[in-house]
Amino acid sequence: MMKKYRSGLAAILLLLFSQLGMTHEAEPLQSDAAVEAQVQRLATQLRCLVCQNQTLADSHAELAQDLLQEVRDMAARGMSDQAIVDYLVARYGDFVRYKPPLNKTTSLLWLGPFALLLLGGIGLIVMLRRRQAMQAELPLTAAETRQINELLK
Amino acid sequence: MKRALIPFVIFIIMAGFLFKGLFLNPREVPSPLVGKPAPAFSLPQLDQPGKTFAPKDMLGQVWLFNVWASWCGACRDEHPLLVELAQSGVVPVVGMDYKDTASEAKRWLNERGNPYLLSVVDADGRVGIDYGVYGVPETYVIDKAGVIAYKQIGPVTLASLRDDILPLVKRLQAQ
Repeated sequence: MMKKYRSGLAAILLLLFSQLGMTHEAEPLQSDAAVEAQVQRLATQLRCLVCQNQTLADSHAELAQDLLQEVRDMAARGMSDQAIVDYLVARYGDFVRYKPPLNKTTSLLWLGPFALLLLGGIGLIVMLRRRQAMQAELPLTAAETRQINELLK
Repeated sequence: MKRALIPFVIFIIMAGFLFKGLFLNPREVPSPLVGKPAPAFSLPQLDQPGKTFAPKDMLGQVWLFNVWASWCGACRDEHPLLVELAQSGVVPVVGMDYKDTASEAKRWLNERGNPYLLSVVDADGRVGIDYGVYGVPETYVIDKAGVIAYKQIGPVTLASLRDDILPLVKRLQAQ
């Protein structure tokens, strides 16, 4: 009986201590649901500059963790999404935004695909028009007419 | 015959762009900090943890601010150059030991020589974020008024020293 109690006590203690060990790591998650939601939202919009093709949310790089912590601190201070993004852009440039803003240097990136689509569309229309005109202009020769009549008989 | 050339011309133009792309460095992200005052901080010094250093201590001088760490492989590559630069006495170099432990950092400097006027300790990387550091080593050229004039991402090389950094330092010193 006593033994049972003792092992039970040990289990409880173990649980307690493992909790203690964990609280340090998990602290930010518990602080405030709204802050955490904001951090998660921003993490998917910000780039990890070390890995470059990952967002902060995806990245395990140390810098990404640091930046997330920075974002979390700013969120906890009540800064808006825009203010936090602006803070990081001021230090790391537009590249830190996973979705690039539309400005002079990125205009080709944003408008290029549409320009290509437009060019392709124009090319297609011109080509179709030309082909139509070519087909309409060709009258049948006497031999062809005869052949058709023969086949249709 | 002319029409058949069109795809070929398009191909040549695209190939030209892609070829140029081979020689661009995607790691080089233009820093928005160039032309702005160096962010203020006050950090303890590596050798004398009781004393702090702030960028404004260097006002009136052109100086280099080099972010390094003992765990950083590329720092090893640039280190001999920095040592040589320090010996030449052309321009003072202040180091920032980034996310490092003091003992490792001191041993690293003992083994390889210490080119720094002093090194500050940025243990948690907070000041690094203010400077937009994302790849160590990084080197900033800061002018007499405390404005960042240039940022080098990655190790300083002989070519970057000779072609970019030193001419800029000379120009800024003459101002």
